[in-house]
Formats: sequence, C-alpha cells, structure tokens
Amino acid sequence: MENIKKVILSAVKEAVIEDKKILTVTVEPDKLHLLAKTLRDNAELQFDYLVKLIGMDWGEKLGVIYLLSTSKDLSKEIVLKTGTADRENPLLYSVTDLYETAHYNEREVYALLGIRFINNPDMRRFFLNSDWVGFPLRKDYDANPELNPVSVESVEMVDTAPRIMETADGLVEETVNIFEDDDYIINIGPQHPSTHGVMHFRTALDGEIVKKIDVHSGYIHRGIEKLSENLTYPQILHFTDRLDYLSANINRHALCMCVEKAIEIEVPERAQYIRTIMDELNRIDSHLLAWSAMTNDLGATTAFIYGMREREIILDIFDKTCGGRLIINQNVIGGVMFDIYADFQKDVKSFIPYMRTKLIEYDRFFSHNVIALGRMVGIGNMTKEEAITYAVTGPAGRASGWSCDIRKHQPYSLYNKVEFKEVIRTEGDSYARYLNRLDEIEESLHIIEQLIDNIPAGEIITKPKAIIRIPEGEYFQRIEAAKGEFGVYIDSRGDKTPYRMKFRSPSMALVSVMPLICQGEKISDLIGIGGSMDYVIPDIDR
Amino acid sequence: MILNYSQPLEFTNLITWLDTALRSSMSEFWVLLIEFVLVAVGLLAAYSVIAMILIYAERKITAFFQARFGPNRVGKYGIWQSVADVIKILLKEIIHINRSDRFLFFAAPFFMIIASMLTFGAIPFGKFLHAVDFNIGVLYVTAVSSLGIIGVLLAGWSSNNKYSMIGAMRSGAQFVSYELSAGFALMTIVVLAGTMQFSEMIEGQRYCWNLFNGHISSMIAFVIYLISGHAETNRGPFDLPEAESELTAGYHTEYSGMQFGFFYLAEYLNMFIIASIATTVFLGGWMPIQIHGLETFNQIMWYIPSYVWFFAKTGVLIFLSLWVRWSFPRLRIDQLLNLEWKYLLPINLVNIVVMVIIVLTGLTLTDLFPGLF
Repeated sequence: MENIKKVILSAVKEAVIEDKKILTVTVEPDKLHLLAKTLRDNAELQFDYLVKLIGMDWGEKLGVIYLLSTSKDLSKEIVLKTGTADRENPLLYSVTDLYETAHYNEREVYALLGIRFINNPDMRRFFLNSDWVGFPLRKDYDANPELNPVSVESVEMVDTAPRIMETADGLVEETVNIFEDDDYIINIGPQHPSTHGVMHFRTALDGEIVKKIDVHSGYIHRGIEKLSENLTYPQILHFTDRLDYLSANINRHALCMCVEKAIEIEVPERAQYIRTIMDELNRIDSHLLAWSAMTNDLGATTAFIYGMREREIILDIFDKTCGGRLIINQNVIGGVMFDIYADFQKDVKSFIPYMRTKLIEYDRFFSHNVIALGRMVGIGNMTKEEAITYAVTGPAGRASGWSCDIRKHQPYSLYNKVEFKEVIRTEGDSYARYLNRLDEIEESLHIIEQLIDNIPAGEIITKPKAIIRIPEGEYFQRIEAAKGEFGVYIDSRGDKTPYRMKFRSPSMALVSVMPLICQGEKISDLIGIGGSMDYVIPDIDR
Repeated sequence: MILNYSQPLEFTNLITWLDTALRSSMSEFWVLLIEFVLVAVGLLAAYSVIAMILIYAERKITAFFQARFGPNRVGKYGIWQSVADVIKILLKEIIHINRSDRFLFFAAPFFMIIASMLTFGAIPFGKFLHAVDFNIGVLYVTAVSSLGIIGVLLAGWSSNNKYSMIGAMRSGAQFVSYELSAGFALMTIVVLAGTMQFSEMIEGQRYCWNLFNGHISSMIAFVIYLISGHAETNRGPFDLPEAESELTAGYHTEYSGMQFGFFYLAEYLNMFIIASIATTVFLGGWMPIQIHGLETFNQIMWYIPSYVWFFAKTGVLIFLSLWVRWSFPRLRIDQLLNLEWKYLLPINLVNIVVMVIIVLTGLTLTDLFPGLF
C-alpha cells in the first residue's frame, strides 16, 4: 500500500492521506475524478471496483465517500472522500465514466442529499419524485408531512432528464429526452408479475425487441437509512431483515459483525457456528426461490412449485429455531438470540441428502430441457468488464468469470475454517447464472455438512452493555449475501445512534446492468434475464 | 338385432324412440323443429359441462403433477369447485373500461365462443351421436376453428392496452402459422382415408386405426397435429399470447366477469376439440377396438358404449396435452415461428408426398396384410 500512497501523491499533491484501518484519502472536488482515474488505471493495483458510494452530510460540508476495491483481490480497499461547503447548490464531479455503477448511486445521492454531479448523463432523482421538497438525509431536513403531502392524483410520466455537462465554455445545464419521439413504450411494472416486486421498467420496444430500458425505482422506498439515524443499534437490526428479505439472516449478520467489531466484543464459538449454518441455509433458501422464480418467469409453473417445496423445509427449520420463517430474528449483537433446538442437527442432516436428490431432479427436469436452453443459453450476455464496472457481484458476477466471493476474499465467521469452492463460470449468459445458483446450493450444503456435527458447546451470546455506544469513527463491513456483496457503513459520533448508516445493496447493481444486457433482446427475454439476475426490490428501495 | 340388445347403453335407442314418438303425433315440420332445438340445447349443455369437467380435471391433475392437493373444499375431492366457479363468474361485475372500442370489445369474446361451438357441432361423439355429418367434415372443422383468431385479434385491438396488443399480435402470427400445419397434417390422413367425412373415416378405421395404417407417414402427421393443435389452443409451451409472466394476461388482460369466462371456456373447449379431432382422424373415433376374426372379442368390445370409447381416447390425448403444458417452459416468439416455418411445415409437405406414395403403391397396412387389418 506504500506504493499506492506514492501514486496518489504524484497524481494529486494536495491529497490528505490518513492511515486508518482502511487507507483514507481526502481531496478537493475538482481533483477527485483525476484521483479515481489514476487509481483505476494504476497498473500495480487496479482499483476498478466501486464498492460503495456514500453521500454524507458532515454538518458544514456535504460530500461523498467512495469505497474502492480491486476486482482481483477484494480485500484491498481504499476510501476516497470529497466534499463541498456550498449547501445551496452543491456540485461534485461524477465518476460515472469510470465506474458505471456510480450512475444510479449518484442519482440516489442527489435525491437524498441534493448533491448534483457534473457529467452524470442523467441527473434525475432516483428514489424520490422530482417535486419532493427537501433532501431527507441532510441533517437540517424538515420532515413535516405537510411539505410532502400524499398525492392520489395520477401523474403523467415525464421522459426527460436534466443534467449538467462540462464543456469548454464552462458548465451547461441541459435537458435531454430519454426516448425518441415515436418510440413504442410499455411499462413493465410497477404492477407486473415478473418484476419480483415494485420495480418499474419503462421499456421502448421495436416490435418484440427491447430498444431501451429506463429504470424507475423507489415505489417502496422507506428511508431506512434516515430512520436508522434516530434508532439504537439493536433497533436498527430489524431493518436489515427487511432489505433483501430473502437473505434476511445474512444482512443482519453483517450489521451485527460491524457493531461487534466496533465495540470490540468477541462472539462465542457456538454462536459463530450457528450463524454460519443459518447463513448458508438462508443462502440455499434464497437460491431456491431464485431458481423457482426464474423458471416461472420462463413459463414453467411446475418447476416453480418444486423449488417452493424444498424451500419449505428450510423455512420449517427456521421456524423451529427462532419462530420466524422469512424474517428470522436470530442474530443479535454479540451472538444469536436463540439456541438451536434439540433436533436441529437431525433435521439439517436429513435435509442435506434430500436436497442433493432434488438438485438431480431439477437438473433432469429443467436444466437440459431444449426449450429452457433456448431461452437461456447466449441470452443476456454480460462480460467480466461489464460486471466489474457495474459492480455486479454474487452468482451473477461469478457467472461472468469474476471471482467476487467475499467469503473467499475477506473470510468472516467460520468461512476460513471450512472448505468450499467458489463457483465461477465464464459464459456470462442467463444459463451460467442459472447454473451458478444450483451449484452454489451444492457448495452451501457442503459447508453445512462440515459444520453441523462440530457445533461446540458453550455460550451463544456475549452480552454487550445495555446501551451500545460505538466509539467515534467510520466502520465498514462487507459480507457475501445470496445476491451479491452486501455492505454496512456506520459513521459514529460516539452516540447510541449512528450519525450516518449506509447499506450497500447488491440488487441495485443487478438492476443497473439490466438496461445494458437487455438491449436488443426480445421482451420475453427481458423477463427471463430479470429472473436470472434475481434482484429483490426492497433491497434497492432502502 | 343382436347388436341392439347387446348395446343397452347406446344413445341410439333413446334417439330412435324419441323420433318415432314425435313423428306419431306431429307433422314433419314440428318434428324437425323440436329435434333441432333439442340437439342445440344438448350441445350447449354438453359444451359447458365438458368445459367444467375439463377445468376440474386440469386443476386436479396439475395439482398432482405439482405435489399439491388441488381443489378439495367444495364437495368431496372438490368436485363441485367448477360449478362454484361458474356461479361466481356469472355473478361477477363486468368492468367497463374507458377509451376502449366498446362494440368490438364486447363482440370479441363471442367470436371466440362461436368459433369453438361451431366446431363442436361437427364432432362425432359416438355412434349416431353426431349433430351434422358433413361430407367435407375435415374441411369444415379446419375452416370454422380458425375463426377464433378474429376474436383474439379484436380483443387485443379494442382493449386499447399495449400488453393486449402485443399478445394479440403474437396470437395472430402463431395461429396463422400453426393452422397451416394442423391443416396439412389432417390432409395427410385425408389422402390415406380417401374421404373428408368423419363417419366414413371412422368406419374405415374399424380394424386398423389411421395412425397405424399409414405407419411412418401417419405417425409423423399425428405428432405434428398434436404439436400444432396444442399451439392453436394457446396453451403452454405455446401460451405466448397470454404469457402471464410477460404480458400479465395477454389479449384478455382487460376482460372481467363472464366475458373473461368466455375466453376461458373457449380455451378449454378448444383443447377438447383438438383432442377429439385427433381421436376421430387418427385413433378410430368412437369405434371400439376390433380385430379381424375374433368375433366374440369384437362383440364384447361393443358392450362398452361408443361414446365411452370416444371420451376415453380423447381423455388420453388431453392428459398428454396437460402433461406437456405443465412441464415445459414457454417458447419465445421467434423460436415458435422457427419451429413452425423451418421444421414442421417442410416436414409436413414432404410427409404428404410420402403418404401419397404409400397409398398409391399399396404400402398401407390394410393393403399389405389384408387378412389381418
């Protein structure tokens, strides 16, 4: 990392470098793009993966924190910070041309903090309506409901986008049309059976062929990050379950780990075992649902029900362990809330061989069906470079040949003790993503198999203090959720509530790449590709 | 005479009795009028009853495919579920939508239902259980069954909904394509049977079904007919016009209440019609299994009423259709048209020529083994 410092200083002399847990570099707004470009193109360590883009209100300054990582080794991290003191019209430079994933994230920052980004091609607010009054994540936000009354009026969609571009004559504010005048546009969503939630794709069609997709999101935006700022950490835990509800346990694990690291408590061995096993069961559950939903998107209803049948067994195990089926309130700060029940090991051990026979059944029933192959092979191609620049992680990223499993790169819990394969395919099409999930179920079974007989006796929780106060500082935690990399960022000022809480949503990256990979495909394939990406909308609309 | 005694369950007896009874007391005109009305009422009743049975059967069979129970609340094993559904759908409000083409919107379901009803009338359900026995039966059936597409196109157009429109356009392309294959497959058998009349066709299959009589060529025609017939009914894997995961409900998205019910009924009846035509043309229709030289066996077979034979054979084909429907994922529109225009149609055209050669050179089973078949 010493070399990196030299690289940074040679590019931007004024950069302020702090040696924290993660190397942190603060620069002026006009130098940020240059710095990011230098880091991305740095031959030795290419910081080409934008993990998180976090909008911040530091009080006097508004700004953005970038967590960068290298696509080859996800444990190498660097944090960039920039900010502006202009609270009336804050302008920063966009990094969309370097990292495509920044596009939607910058739009989100605009909606929630009011920072506009120069050179972002489409500077609409992402989650909120264009007429929303105030910027929720700012500390001086007025949450008076009268300012933003609930409207029941039907509002016409406006297909124009404002943006600020930098030209030779300075900054130019302009408005661009998203679609051409005579485009045949249909709304896929927000009420549509196959968008897996209230996602809204405005789709321009040329006959059956998709010309362009415009993503509208935010129909169930709940402002979880804002809510978190007024709640204590044990209270915030409940929100994590409601992000990607299909990997509820894994999300919650991430926040627990982040807090545990910050307040420096050790989680008992037994709790680690329980957490890891539950995480993997949760992953199987999520992948099964993804498989089922994808087959249903392709029109095979029976396969859908088969997937649900197996998922039911896992849900029953969850139910018996802690009473929850979808939202499992199992992880708490310091350990787990409930110990496993007497027959837990027996149930899980009988599930493993059963699931294996069912994987063979899936393989026979669907994976080699000639129609299914026609609908998946070579459809929705995503290259490795695209996966990295759009930050598409999880089974979808690995289907494009990108080794991006946090469990391998930054092992947490017990993942350095167990042996498992990272499933990587290089085809990058729907079929590779589909097969990746089935193979990951097998790997998860393998992980559980190694742990289930060795659960040590002992405590299940190290009780933290009654009121948890995190020492001042910034904390990052990354974790491998079922759909990709999930992340937590806490900025604490030493209070019992966080100053700023940010969740990295894997689904947002999955959706952001949809317009690219669906272009030129048939409308039926848009649905099929959506199924193969397996996004969950509440995860995006945090 | 013996046959009459041995077939106590055939409808023939009832029909003959009714006819003589009427004729003894009325003039020719009134007799015919009453009989026409009776036949029409009978057909309509059969139409709805068959649809209800099919809906129940599909739900139950699908449930077993999918490791579920299916309907089991209304009556024992849920047998009254369809009846309850019909009552519900009759009572439901028909939602009027703004900015639609009112007249065409209301007319569309009738096109659907009339087309399938017209076809329904020409099907021989059993011995003498045949409303009209056209001498061009096959031609008539192909002609009227293709009227249904008008309903689909009108529904899609008049709904003023983009999903419906895409669904209707897909349906149009699909129907026109597969109608061709289905027609050619039937023509192949017309070449073999030498007639277009259903009754003669069935009589000709007394000892050897057309499916076996024309061996290779017939088998190919049979498979093609099943595929394209299945496609014509808009059911999976060819359910693109509806494609609920893409187009919500395709061409009938905007329909509600009994208007939707008409589309729904027509879909099931079309499935039945396709299966019954396949039965009649390929599998000997209502004719019981008969073997040359085994007179006692043949007599015993006749004990089973002809309509039971018909419905049994049709049932097997319907089961096949359900099996396919619930196993395969959906095709994409270009794949669907590829299958038809690049594979089925050329095979079909060659197949007709092959059939002509088989018939002309006397290579059919009846020609080769006259004593046996």
